[in-house]
Amino acid sequence: MKAVVTVMPKPAILDPAGVAAGRAMEHLGLKKVRSVRIGKSIEIEVDGADEKQLHEICHDLLSNPVVEDYTLRILS
Amino acid sequence: MRVAVIQFPGSNCDTDCQAALASFPGVMAEIVWHKETSLTGYDAIVLPGGFSYGDYLRCGSIARFSPIMGAVRTAADSGVLVLGICNGFQILCEAGLLPGTLLRNNGLLFRCENLQLRVENTDAPFTSVLHEGQVLDIPIAHGEGNYFADPETMKQLEANAQILVRYCDASGNVTLEANPNGSLGNIAGICSHGRNVFGLMPHPERVCDPILGGTDGRGIFQSMIEWTASHDAKK
Repeated sequence: MKAVVTVMPKPAILDPAGVAAGRAMEHLGLKKVRSVRIGKSIEIEVDGADEKQLHEICHDLLSNPVVEDYTLRILS
Repeated sequence: MRVAVIQFPGSNCDTDCQAALASFPGVMAEIVWHKETSLTGYDAIVLPGGFSYGDYLRCGSIARFSPIMGAVRTAADSGVLVLGICNGFQILCEAGLLPGTLLRNNGLLFRCENLQLRVENTDAPFTSVLHEGQVLDIPIAHGEGNYFADPETMKQLEANAQILVRYCDASGNVTLEANPNGSLGNIAGICSHGRNVFGLMPHPERVCDPILGGTDGRGIFQSMIEWTASHDAKK
């Protein structure tokens, strides 16, 4: 099984790294940067797992539910 | 009193904690490797600072699943004192033994400096020999110390007086300027609802000997020792 997990800071959470990157984009000529959010993309290849197990891993290990949301995409 | 100092791969304040604890008469501090699964016989547990598992994924997120953490949870549930310093605080939050989490510092800088903490509450095994409003000089050294919790959790922390130390200026005023990392409410350290689990970002073990520039960290360990002694006497 191949899967991609995307982990993003929740909308209400300030993402200082995103803000800094946004400022750099304006410095490079973008006129008005409204928002930049930096998250993680995690590629997984695993045998003998089901989707429920992967959701548990996403919830318990790969994301911190206090401040992050995740999406799990099964590729094959 | 026997204290376990848990050593994770990447811990780097473990021997400092051990030395600080061992400087108190009657305290035996032992390093316990994270692959161990029992903490029977210890009166207190310290999760030291460092960069467990290289801080990969999120600070503390992998250490939280180390074999020893089951025993830490069992001990915490039974009322044993658990102190998490810096990375140890991050691990306790990831493990759910303390609420909330520690985000990247709002200025993005790794902050390594001496600063001041105000003791907010002394009704806890970690602050009982201190007095409310006391200002402690204790260093910080972290990149992710920006305490965050949802508004409901913040309300609970305030209502239950779980915030034990806040960043303040030299006169003890809790100000925006005194906040090194963006932490909500200038929080430097919180305890659990049961008050026997305490996590803080500053490093008390680094100021336990005058030769290292201060002794303001001693009160936290002294509190733990006295609490344990009075607890044993009651048994």
